[in-house]
Amino acid sequence: MDFNLTEERQMLQDTLRRYLADRYTTSVRNTILDSDSGMSAEIWAGLAELGVIGALFSEEDGGFGGAGFDIATVFEELGRAGVVEPMLDSAILGGRLIAALGDDTQRGLLEEIIGGAAHLALAHGEPASRYDLTRVETTARVDGDEIVLNGRKAVVVNAETAGHLIVSARESGGIFDLDGISLFLVPAGTPGLALHGYPMLAGGRAAEVMLDNVRLPQSARLGAAGAGLAPLMDVIAAANVALCAECVGAMQSAVELTRSYLMTRKQFGRPIGTFQALQHRFADMLIELEQARSALINASGHLDSADRDRQIAAARNLIARVGRLVAEEAIQMHGGIAMTQEYELAHIAKRIVMADHRFGDADYHLERFIVLSAA
Amino acid sequence: MDLNYSDEEKAFRAEVRAFLAENLPAEVSDKVRRGISLGKEGHEKWHATLNARGWLAYNWPREFGGAEWNAVQRHIFEEECAAAYAPRIVPFGLSMLAPVLQKFGTKEQQDHYLPRILSGDDWWCQGYSEPGAGSDLASLKTRAVRDGDHYVVNGQKTWTTLGQYANWIFCLVRTDPEAKQQEGISFLLIDMSTPGITVRPIALLDGTPEVNEVFFDDVRVPVENLVGEENKGWTYAKYLLTHERTNIAGVGFSQAGLDAVKRIARIETANGRPLIENPHFAARLAQVEIDLMAMATTNMRIISQAASGQAPGVESSMLKVKGTIIRQEINDLTRRAVGPYAMPFASEAVEGDNAPIGPDYAGPVAAHYFNNRKLSIFGGSNEIQRGIIAKVKMGG
Ligand SMILES: Cc1cc2nc3c(=O)[nH]c(=O)nc-3n(C[C@H](O)[C@H](O)[C@H](O)COP(=O)(O)OP(=O)(O)OC[C@H]3O[C@@H](n4cnc5c(N)ncnc54)[C@H](O)[C@@H]3O)c2cc1C
Ligand SMILES: Cc1cc2nc3c(=O)[nH]c(=O)nc-3n(C[C@H](O)[C@H](O)[C@H](O)COP(=O)(O)OP(=O)(O)OC[C@H]3O[C@@H](n4cnc5c(N)ncnc54)[C@H](O)[C@@H]3O)c2cc1C
Repeated sequence: MDFNLTEERQMLQDTLRRYLADRYTTSVRNTILDSDSGMSAEIWAGLAELGVIGALFSEEDGGFGGAGFDIATVFEELGRAGVVEPMLDSAILGGRLIAALGDDTQRGLLEEIIGGAAHLALAHGEPASRYDLTRVETTARVDGDEIVLNGRKAVVVNAETAGHLIVSARESGGIFDLDGISLFLVPAGTPGLALHGYPMLAGGRAAEVMLDNVRLPQSARLGAAGAGLAPLMDVIAAANVALCAECVGAMQSAVELTRSYLMTRKQFGRPIGTFQALQHRFADMLIELEQARSALINASGHLDSADRDRQIAAARNLIARVGRLVAEEAIQMHGGIAMTQEYELAHIAKRIVMADHRFGDADYHLERFIVLSAA
Repeated sequence: MDLNYSDEEKAFRAEVRAFLAENLPAEVSDKVRRGISLGKEGHEKWHATLNARGWLAYNWPREFGGAEWNAVQRHIFEEECAAAYAPRIVPFGLSMLAPVLQKFGTKEQQDHYLPRILSGDDWWCQGYSEPGAGSDLASLKTRAVRDGDHYVVNGQKTWTTLGQYANWIFCLVRTDPEAKQQEGISFLLIDMSTPGITVRPIALLDGTPEVNEVFFDDVRVPVENLVGEENKGWTYAKYLLTHERTNIAGVGFSQAGLDAVKRIARIETANGRPLIENPHFAARLAQVEIDLMAMATTNMRIISQAASGQAPGVESSMLKVKGTIIRQEINDLTRRAVGPYAMPFASEAVEGDNAPIGPDYAGPVAAHYFNNRKLSIFGGSNEIQRGIIAKVKMGG
């Protein structure tokens, strides 16, 4: 066993941490949060230039990484700095699906993604699907040379910026069937496609996506007809590793902010960190954070193993529990100041807690773990 | 022991319920249920409705125009209001300042300010906390220096809830910097339109413009705006805090919140079944309901002690701690119940009337989860309350 990062990953971590510390300050980020696009094109280009996006893809896909530990390295740093740019959506969910399924023409997009020139969004979840990956009611119907899509996709993160949406639709079977889900690469602006966009509580933007007789050529098909679920589960597994890492990074920041606040804020003539009532709780945050880090390592190391799904369910369950504890305790021990929009911790706490709502909360992953452990 | 309400109490409950059915407009309760802000006018309208019935000042003595309800009546009223999604009564004038004026104010102050609180002519805010004086309130630094028949006030207050609506602020100020901390504080009433006052909004983490900073720069306040004696303000402040802690358990809010999350969980589905049937979710829901049932009885036990004349002591600290834990747990459950639709943030979902993005109940739940972290911070943080409990019980 070796728990050290490889030299390449260590370098990636150092450069990314330095870049974000310099360029992604609280005030820069607050400006981004208030902006109409909810993201910064300049930061995105900067991240691409540093090779951050490339680190999320294998060499054969034009990158120089792509393994679980690469994803964890990148997302931990993004989490630490509270980055709201859609790395999860454009690179992991979108890019990795194209890398896995794309034909030669479609794979042409990868270079643009890795270079930071193109954005993607995955339009899979629907108003009634909650976290259930198999529930797809949107339909795809072959009509001569064309495919016609109808349905609605819910909370599609990064939909407005994306040049293409990857849309899942059912070509056969009932709404819960594992088979029959197909994927399509739908260019922005295709007639029949309507977006209703909005900001999100923890930053970034999403949209409700309406598909009203969206007509596509056969060439828009991504992968084989009816076989979309397995590749979707693969990228969502990678996304779950990314979310775990983002939370661990963010928790690290929350703990760090709390540590320095406890040492500097004075009430009753002494630093509040001298009150044992707070010291023990701070210690508990640290103990739980180590648990979270280990859970992340377990998940990252199993991204390509047969035990992947169980490990990931375990990590997301544990990190969701620890995340809530760390976010709430950090706010509580800061008092009023942590309740203010402008203060760094407020944003960090929102990133941690709201991660619950992407691809499943603590209960969902607990249930998954029980089912997978029994299998 | 008798866990039942008396016939009189039952009749009173029916009367309150009928009043709410008749006088609480559906669009108002709908806003409250969905967590949409009512704005200043919305609150003023509701106050006027209650005042017309004589129920606005239900905790005031009759001699001041109040209803003088006993603790059980108050509890029934608060429970029914929460269940009907009535707007909360804004407490600053009615249940914080008024009791202080009634006990320590001059006749002139009582005659002038109390009717204006009832009529809604004045909106009060609470100027206690400062950047350096939170839990350690007695360390406050805002200075008031006597100059002829005025005090000249300099300093800063912060976290002033709804200060943007207020035309008056009651403040704790330091009048004797030499005395022991608690002994140099006075209680002043300040007209917010006096030159030298600047109000700056602070956006909370859920985006709501709920609190403010208030700056005082050579603000001249007539001496007749002093409440009680100079340098005795701490006594009045502590008296006020005991009133701030009435309804502290928030049983009604928790009950309404629990009903709301159950309703949501019957509509939401997980794996094709109603969420409320999901064993993990159902277990969490049951757990908090069990806690709430016990706390409701704790609350009633303490209320009936108070009704029979015993002043609640550490019990109110206990209710604050347990009550806020339960409310925050319900907020967390509600956030989780709505799934991915917790993520959108349309400030209009909280502030206005725009069409919701997902189901109408989903819009503000995550914002509320974050906003209600305040419950365990303000009004004496839960750490301070635990400190009080331990100190009292160990004779410290
Ligand atoms: C089964 C068993 C086996 C043991 N084996 C050994 C052994 O092999 N060798 C050996 O040397 N000793 C041994 N011990 C003794 C053990 O180290 C002591 O019990 C321990 O140090 C606690 O001391 P105490 O029991 O006097 O409790 P106290 O020190 O009196 O503590 C009482 C309570 O106060 C708390 N407390 C104390 N100080 C603080 C503080 N500053 N802040 C907050 N809380 C505080 C404690 O956590 C505890 O809850 C053993 C004890 C047990 C029960
Ligand atoms: C939304 C909101 C609305 C508010 N509205 C008003 C208002 O209208 N008017 C007004 O005057 N004030 C208001 N307040 C202020 C509120 O009363 C203070 O936030 C509160 O007193 C805590 O002070 P603080 O924020 O400075 O935290 P601090 O006192 O700095 O506390 C920081 C942390 O240290 C802990 N701590 C402090 N002392 C001890 C100790 N001795 N032992 C153990 N732990 C300790 C606290 O519990 C907390 O966890 C509001 C606050 C909020 C968040």
